[in-house]
Amino acid sequence: MKEGVARFWREIPQRYNFLGNVCSSCDRVFFPPREACPFCRRKSMGKMKEQYLSGHGEVISYTVIHVGPEDFEEQVPYPVAIIQLDEGPRITGQIVDCDPDDVKIGMKVESTFRKIQQDGCSGAIYYGYKFLKSHNSNK
Amino acid sequence: MRDVAVIGVGLTKFGELWDRSFRQLIAEAGSKAILDAGIEGKDIDALYIGSMSSGRFVDQEHVGALVAEVSGFSHLHIPATRVEGACASGGLAVREGFLSIASGMNDIVIVGGIEKMNDVGGTAATETLATAADQEWEAFFGATFPGIYAMIATRHMHEYGTTREDLAHVAVKNHANGALNPYAQYQSPISLESVLRATMVAYPLGLMDCSPVSDGAASIVLCAADKAKKYTDKLVRIAASGQASDTLALHGRRDICTLDATVHASRMAYKQAKVTPKDIDFAEVHDCFTIAEICAIEDLGIVEKGQGGKAVQQGITTLNGSFPVNTSGGLKAKGHPVGATGVAQVVEATLQLRGDAGKRQVPDAKRGMAHNVGGSGATCVVHILEAM
Ligand SMILES: [Zn+2]
Repeated sequence: MKEGVARFWREIPQRYNFLGNVCSSCDRVFFPPREACPFCRRKSMGKMKEQYLSGHGEVISYTVIHVGPEDFEEQVPYPVAIIQLDEGPRITGQIVDCDPDDVKIGMKVESTFRKIQQDGCSGAIYYGYKFLKSHNSNK
Repeated sequence: MRDVAVIGVGLTKFGELWDRSFRQLIAEAGSKAILDAGIEGKDIDALYIGSMSSGRFVDQEHVGALVAEVSGFSHLHIPATRVEGACASGGLAVREGFLSIASGMNDIVIVGGIEKMNDVGGTAATETLATAADQEWEAFFGATFPGIYAMIATRHMHEYGTTREDLAHVAVKNHANGALNPYAQYQSPISLESVLRATMVAYPLGLMDCSPVSDGAASIVLCAADKAKKYTDKLVRIAASGQASDTLALHGRRDICTLDATVHASRMAYKQAKVTPKDIDFAEVHDCFTIAEICAIEDLGIVEKGQGGKAVQQGITTLNGSFPVNTSGGLKAKGHPVGATGVAQVVEATLQLRGDAGKRQVPDAKRGMAHNVGGSGATCVVHILEAM
C-alpha cells in the first residue's frame, strides 16, 4: 500500500522547506506551489515565483484523532488542524507538544520539522512539518 | 434532451455479508432490477457500474465487463463502463446512464453500484476510504477520513453553535428509519445517550456518528420515457441531474463547512427541473457522518445555512416531519457500500414515488431528491425524481 520513493523525493522541497510560490500578476501565494495561478491563468504562465513561507499561522478548524491509520497508531490521540498561514494558503497538519484539549480555533501556531510517520513494514521514516502553539500566543 | 424514466429497481441486503461475493451481489441486484422492469437482456443498450475501489477491496479492476459477464450479458456484447468518483461513484453511474438516454444514444440502460468492503480488514477498509481524500496533503499528515469530516463539524459548531446532541439526533432519526427498511444493515432504533457515549473516533465524531463498513449492491433500469409505458404503469421520471466538483482537500475550499459542490450540483438540478426546494417532498442525502447530513440539508437549500442542527433537533427531517430526510435509514443505518450508495438512493426515491416504500412510505410523495457526495465534498451529484 506504500507509495513509491520517487514521490517523496519530489515533495521534499515543500515538506522540508515550506517552499510555495507567488503569482506575480495578482500576488496570491500558493502552497503547495502551482504551475499557474487559477485566478490569472494564462497571464500567470511562466510568472510564478518561488517563495519560502514563514510557517506561522492560525487554526481554522481541528479534530483529535482517536482511531488512527496503522502508521500513526502509536501517536493517538493526536490533534490535526487546518491552518491558515500568514501568507494566505491553508494547509492540514498535526499540532504537537500540547494537550489535545488545548487546541482551539483561532490559536496561533508555528511550524516545526518532525518525523511524520514510520512505515511499519519497511521501516522507512517520513519527515515533514507539524505545528506548535506560538511562543508569543496568549490564546 | 429526451425524458428518462426509472422502470426497474433492485437491491441486495446491505451489511457484513461474509458468505456473498462481489459477483453474486451485483448479479442479484441486477437481475432483480431486470425482473422488476419486465425487460430482457437483449433489450439493454448499455451498462454503467459505479464502484469506488474494487481493486483495493476485492483485488479486481475492469469490473464493467465483469459485471456484464456475471449478469449473463457476455454473448450480447453490450457496452459496459465502470464509473468512479469515490463515494459518489454510484450517483455518477446513474448520471451517465441518464445522459446516454437523454442524448438519444440509448433507449434502455442498466445502472449498477457495488462495493464489497468486508473482504479486507477494518484498517485496510479505512485506509482505502482515505484515498478519497488528498493523499499527499491530508492523509500523509495523519488526517483520517472521519477526521476530515470532524474538522467540518468543529468549524460548524464554532460558527453556528451546532452541538454534539444535534449531530446525535441525525443518527437516532436514521436508525429509526432503518428499523423500517428490511434491506438495512441496522434495523433497530438507538438512543441519543448511546450515540453520545460511543467511543470517540475523531473529536467531535464518535463511532455512532459514522456510517458503517458495508457490503451490498443496487441496480436500476432506465428507459426513454416515451418507450417506458410499455413496461410499467407507475412511471418515475428523472426530472434533473446535476453534478459539480471542488478541491480534493478540505483546506482548499472557499468555506470549511459548506460543500460548494452540493450547492452547485443542486442549483443546476433545481434549474433543470424548474423547481425550488419547497417543491420537493423528501430527500435521500449523503450522511456518511452525522455532520454531513446537517451540511447537506443546508447546502441543498432545504434549511438556511447554519440552521441544520436546529432543524434536526426540531424533528423537521423525521419520517413524519415536514421534510423527511433519509427515509431508507441513510448511509448511517441502511449501510454504505460506497459504490452502491448513489444507486440505492435512487432506488429508495423510486420506491417512495411509486408508493412502494412500505412502513416508511411518505404519504402522497410526488417529487424526491437523491444527493450523493464523493470524498469530503470534491464530487457531488444530485438527481430529482418525479412521479409521472
Ligand atoms: Zn494570480
